[in-house]
Amino acid sequence: MFYIYCPYCGEHREEEEFHPKGQAHIERPKDPEACSDEAWGDYLFFRDNPRGVHHELWVHAVGCRKFFNVTRHTVTYEILETYKMGEQPSITADAQGQPREAVAASRQEGVRA
Amino acid sequence: MSNAATFDTRTDSAIPVESPLAYSYRRSGAPAAGPESRVTLRERALLGQLVLRGGAIVLDEAVREVLGLGLPGEPQGLVQDERGERSIQWLSPDEWLVIVPGGEEFELETRLRERLGDAHYAISDVSGGQTLLELEGEAARELLMKTVIYDVHPSHFPVGRGVTTVFAKATAIVRRPSEERWELVVRRSFADYCYRWLLDAGEEYAIGVVR
Repeated sequence: MFYIYCPYCGEHREEEEFHPKGQAHIERPKDPEACSDEAWGDYLFFRDNPRGVHHELWVHAVGCRKFFNVTRHTVTYEILETYKMGEQPSITADAQGQPREAVAASRQEGVRA
Repeated sequence: MSNAATFDTRTDSAIPVESPLAYSYRRSGAPAAGPESRVTLRERALLGQLVLRGGAIVLDEAVREVLGLGLPGEPQGLVQDERGERSIQWLSPDEWLVIVPGGEEFELETRLRERLGDAHYAISDVSGGQTLLELEGEAARELLMKTVIYDVHPSHFPVGRGVTTVFAKATAIVRRPSEERWELVVRRSFADYCYRWLLDAGEEYAIGVVR
């Protein structure tokens, strides 16, 4: 069970109040008429399935009903940070190269999984 | 004044009105509160409830002027007037629930719309959509512990706090206006379920219903 920090409510809440909404930071092609079928197909259907750090969109469905982003490690299930819509993650897959302790030390919000 | 179409949802007094729990009282009964009751349940039916949406600063100025109450400054905040009749609760960063005595909501809405003018905001009258239940007594917290997933320990849930959370298999707003009293705002469609859940869960505390 996740214990998720909602950046809008400013506190940790039970996973039961949230709903995952898939990969975060998916940008719609600026000019859909001009983009290739492949680019449009990528945007519409294809999602990352990384082994490691993953940025996800979640919604606080029971509660403030706001969408926000979660950076989660898909192997350990650990939530490394949560941040508001429009913000950029401070922890990315590049940090994977670092020792495990460094990642743990730099995380903002934890989880009891 | 905006050009939003508004109307007073209160019917004329010639038409009888029923609380969302009227059916539940008939079907499930209402155990009387006695000396052994460690928790009592009371419905405060047919209150005026408005949901305000918009920017915090604009709305705060308007409600301060019209209602004499400011918006709660913190998330999960709940503020009320001295008599506890009028309250404003934080629901989300751009959404607040205002509860006033029944019959006041249309005038309040009209005055807020006049005051807010062309500002970017929305006011919805949700009086008919939800009802307020009060839990009082020493076992009220124990009853909530069996019911909601949120931590209701006084250190985590002080007076002046209100949260929307999972209530049994439904959702409800749980508020703590004073030391000994808890309030639940439940949807009309969930009211019967919540009522029967509270009667069942409160049986061991000899729950009594005050009507």
